[in-house]
Amino acid sequence: MGQTIIEKILARAAGRDSVTPGDIVDVAVDLAVLIDTNFYPAAWREVLKVAAPEKVAVIFDHRTPAPDNRAAEAHRVGRAFVETYGIERVHDVGRDMGIAHAVIAERGYGLPGSVLVCDDSHTCAAGAFNCAAMGVGEPDMIQSVTTGRTWFRVAPTIRYELTGILPEGVAAKDLFLWIAGLYGAHTGHNIEVGGPGLASLGMDARRTFATMAAELGSDFCTFEADQRLLDFMRARTDRPFTPQSPDPDATYAELRRIDLGAVRPRVALPHSILGNTASLQEAVGEPIQQAFIGSCANGTLDDLRMAAEVLEGRLVAPGVRLIVTPSSQAVYREALRLGYIATLMEAGAVVTNATCGACCGAHMGLLSAGETCITSSTRNFRGRMGDPSARIFMASSAVVAASAVAGRIAGVPVPNAEATA
Amino acid sequence: MITGRVWSFGDHINTDLIMPGWVYDQSEEAQTKATFSAVRPGFADAFTPGDIITGGLNFGTGSSRPAARSLRNLGCACLLADSINGIFLRNCVSFGLLAVECPGIGALAQEGMDLSVDLETWQAGPAEGGNRLAIRPVPESLLKIMQGGGIFPVLERSGHIAPAG
Repeated sequence: MGQTIIEKILARAAGRDSVTPGDIVDVAVDLAVLIDTNFYPAAWREVLKVAAPEKVAVIFDHRTPAPDNRAAEAHRVGRAFVETYGIERVHDVGRDMGIAHAVIAERGYGLPGSVLVCDDSHTCAAGAFNCAAMGVGEPDMIQSVTTGRTWFRVAPTIRYELTGILPEGVAAKDLFLWIAGLYGAHTGHNIEVGGPGLASLGMDARRTFATMAAELGSDFCTFEADQRLLDFMRARTDRPFTPQSPDPDATYAELRRIDLGAVRPRVALPHSILGNTASLQEAVGEPIQQAFIGSCANGTLDDLRMAAEVLEGRLVAPGVRLIVTPSSQAVYREALRLGYIATLMEAGAVVTNATCGACCGAHMGLLSAGETCITSSTRNFRGRMGDPSARIFMASSAVVAASAVAGRIAGVPVPNAEATA
Repeated sequence: MITGRVWSFGDHINTDLIMPGWVYDQSEEAQTKATFSAVRPGFADAFTPGDIITGGLNFGTGSSRPAARSLRNLGCACLLADSINGIFLRNCVSFGLLAVECPGIGALAQEGMDLSVDLETWQAGPAEGGNRLAIRPVPESLLKIMQGGGIFPVLERSGHIAPAG
C-alpha cells in the first residue's frame, strides 16, 4: 500500500518497510534541539548520558538576552550542559542567535527525510523542508537527548494540493488564515502540502505556513521536496539527506485542492483562530495600541520586506507602538543591508534583537489591561502577550504595518488609489 | 473503574489558558497554582484530587509547555475530551496524566456531575447510569507510561537521568 511523505520518513526512522495510521512507532531522532526554556529548574533534569552529542543542538531563543535572573540562570545551566557534552551546534546570545525554527531553517538543520524534535510547538516549521519535525514536551526532549530515540503516533494525513499563485498583497499568513477558516482543526491528522502551486511559494512563505500548522492542531506538516528546496538546502549544508516523496497510491484521509489565486487577506479575531477568522474588510477600523511583527512564523526577511514596503515614507500613528522582532540575527543583518531596518525605524518602529519575545509574552512588548494589539506572530490566545483582558488580532505583516500607520486595523494602501478612484 | 466529579470545558482549550506564560519560568508548584487562572480564578484551590476534567474538540492545543503536569499535580483522575491535541497528548503520556479521547463527552459531561470511566470496556458516562460513550482505546505501551508516572521514572531506572533531587 502506498505511503504519504510522513509515513515514509517515520518508517525509515523506525527501521521498518512501512507504517500505517494508528501505529505507535519508536524512531531514531536525527536532531534534538534544546532551547533555553528546557534549562529552567522546573523543566530540566540532571542528564547522566547523551546518546549522540552531534545529534543535539542548543539554541537559546525564548528569553534572549536574559531579561531577568531566572533566564540568566537557565542560560548558565544550558552553557554548562553544552560544555559537559561537547555540543557543537550552539546558538547562544551573539552573532548566531535566533528563534530556533529560524536558525534550523537558515543553517539547514532540518534535513529533508530526517526526524527533528524540539520542545516548542512550532517545531513543525521544519516540515517546510520535507523534514518530520514536531514539537514535543520537556520529558520527550530529555528522552531524545539521552537515548537518541522517541515515539510517535502515526496519524492519517490530509493533503493540500496547491494550484495557482497568491494575488499581489496576499501573504502566506493569509493562506494559513484562509485554510483555518475553511477547515478548522486538524487534530489527530498530519498535513502534507504539494501540487503545482507550491513552486510559487518561496521558502519563507512555506515556513510561515508550516509553522502555523501548529495552530491547526495537526501533528506533522510536511511539504513535498522540489528543486527550490533542494537548492535551498545545498546552499546551507554539506550533510547528506534523502528527501521523501509520496507514493502515487498513497492513502489520504482527505485531499483538499486550494487555488492560491482565490485566497484573500484575513484576520483572526481575539482569543482564538479556529472558527474565529474574518475577512479583512470585516475587521478594519478596530483601534489598536500595539502592532507586532515577529516570531518564528513571521519574523522572516519576507515579513520585514513587506512591512518596509508599507512603511516607506509613512509614520506609525500617534498612540501606537510598532514592535518588530526579526526571527534571527542573520535576518536582522540582511534586512539592515537591504535598508529595511532603516525604513522601519524612520517610520517609528522599535526593532528588537531576535527572540521569541513578545509573541509568547516573555519580554519586550507585553500588553496591559484592556489594550488591543494586531500581530503577525503565532497566537492570539487570551493572556498570550500580557494581560488576559488585552485583545489580540492576527493578520499578515503587511496588514499589521498598514494598521500601525492607520492607528486602527487597515488594509495595505494601494498606490495611486485616489487617482484611479 | 474511575469515578469523579466533572469540571467541564469547551472546544480548543489551549495550554496558555491551562498554564499561563507568566509562570513558565517559575516552580512546578507556582505553575500548578496558576492553572486556568485567567478564565477560572481559584480553580486550583477548588479542584479536589480525584476530580475529572472534560473538554470538547482539540483539547490542549497550542504551546508544548508542561500544562499536563499541572493537571496531574492537581490530582486529576482522568482527562476526557472529544479530541486531544497531539503535543498535549504526548505530554499526558510523558508526565503521567491519564488522558483519553471520547467523542461526544464535551456535550454529555455537565459541570459538577459524577462521571465514571471504565478502561476495561473503554466506556465513559454518568456515574448514576444512562448514556455511555465509547472511549478510543489507548495503546498498551502508552497507557503503561501514562499510568506509571510518565517517562522520567523510566529514564531514572535506565540510568539516563539522575533521580529527582
